[in-house]
Amino acid sequence: MTRPTPRDRPRPEDTDGPLLTAYGLNKAFGLTQALSTASLSLGRGEIVALMGPSGSGKSTFLHCLAGVVRPDAGRIDYGGVDLTHAPDPRLSALRRTEFGFLFQFGQLVPELPCVENVALPLRLNGQRRRPAEREATRMLERLDVGDVARKRPGACSGGQGQRVAVARALITRPRVVFADEPTGALDSLNGEKVLRLLTDTARESGASVVLVTHEPRVAAYADREVIVRDGRTLDIGGGR
Amino acid sequence: MSSLGPAFLGLLENRPQHGYDLKHVYDEHFATQRPLAYGQVYATLSRLLKNGLVEVTATETGGGPERKRYAVTDAGVTDVEQWLGRPESPAPYLQSALYTKVVLALLTGRPAEGILDVQRAEHLQQMRELTRRKADGDLGDQLICDHALFHLEADLRWLELTAARLDELSGEVRGR
Ligand SMILES: Nc1ncnc2c1ncn2[C@@H]1O[C@H](COP(=O)(O)OP(=O)(O)OP(=O)(O)O)[C@@H](O)[C@H]1O
Ligand SMILES: [Mg+2]
Repeated sequence: MTRPTPRDRPRPEDTDGPLLTAYGLNKAFGLTQALSTASLSLGRGEIVALMGPSGSGKSTFLHCLAGVVRPDAGRIDYGGVDLTHAPDPRLSALRRTEFGFLFQFGQLVPELPCVENVALPLRLNGQRRRPAEREATRMLERLDVGDVARKRPGACSGGQGQRVAVARALITRPRVVFADEPTGALDSLNGEKVLRLLTDTARESGASVVLVTHEPRVAAYADREVIVRDGRTLDIGGGR
Repeated sequence: MSSLGPAFLGLLENRPQHGYDLKHVYDEHFATQRPLAYGQVYATLSRLLKNGLVEVTATETGGGPERKRYAVTDAGVTDVEQWLGRPESPAPYLQSALYTKVVLALLTGRPAEGILDVQRAEHLQQMRELTRRKADGDLGDQLICDHALFHLEADLRWLELTAARLDELSGEVRGR
């Protein structure tokens, strides 16, 4: 008897409205006002790029949206749940089951082989080892890195490591993927491929993506961009 | 001067072709906005012919109009090689309309930030289209789209740097 996978679990109501909305978020770190009245509305399956200068508050905004950091003021609605006031256990359950994370640094556990790294989110959701690793293997193959499954992250090339991280972010079939500069600089063919895999897989599975980047060519993979400047959001660019 | 002539020479180097086929091969590889007009094709071929860079190797007079098959000459091969080896002069962006707009806004005390924001949105919109086209296209499409994407990105980098410097700039521009 296996536990239900995240997919079988009840999801936020499938309505036409946005999946995630944030309104008037403020966040200060000491005297630094990292966010002031930042807002965003993320549609189902929509890929939005957050752009802006260094220190403008992009990562802070992303962390708030993902329920990692609690804003000082404002409201975040995810499928009818107010993330700003949700109790911690509720938030961590959401993060484990509904959200996928893709950050630039320190995301893979160095002691674990890649396949276990990818299976980890499933294991944390209570799935048994064998089926979790089978799924992880499939995901690694899909991302063209099936051959590093048994290697530890330290033995992977930078590009392979990025793909393993993408596999881990997508393994739970998240509703929203939060990616913070996931490819670093896009001057390699690999970076483009990783981005392509991320956005293609997200589009296939109907996941929404919030993609922090200051690279225009990365942002061009999104449906639209939201500019963050001095902790404020500026929503001008609209895709089709 | 356009690169149509050398492109034709290079394509004919692969194999002799009729003007009609040449146009289609050219369109497939190089035409990004609109396909070549036939008039342009035949004007270019007759110029190359006059300069001895191509020659007519066969003329078919079937039912339809006369069809000439063109081949590149040795002089034509030399010409395309020289063209390939010659650097293009870097485009002079100094007088671009965008630059003028920003400086004019600063000079006249208008907020330049909005101009930059609107322009960024426009650039990104076009970059999204190119990125989509790249995803659906073959290697040729990818190369041509990347070429455009990198140029648009360069514009945007300048925009971001300018946006970060607006205060300093407006002081300087109006102090002149
Ligand atoms: N944990 C923290 N403690 C103190 N200050 C912080 C913390 N996190 C962020 N800040 C500050 O908040 C502001 C916004 O930082 P944030 O990391 O969100 O910027 P960013 O837009 O992601 O920048 P970058 O493009 O450089 O990653 C900065 O001034 C930063 O120094
Ligand atoms: Mg950041």
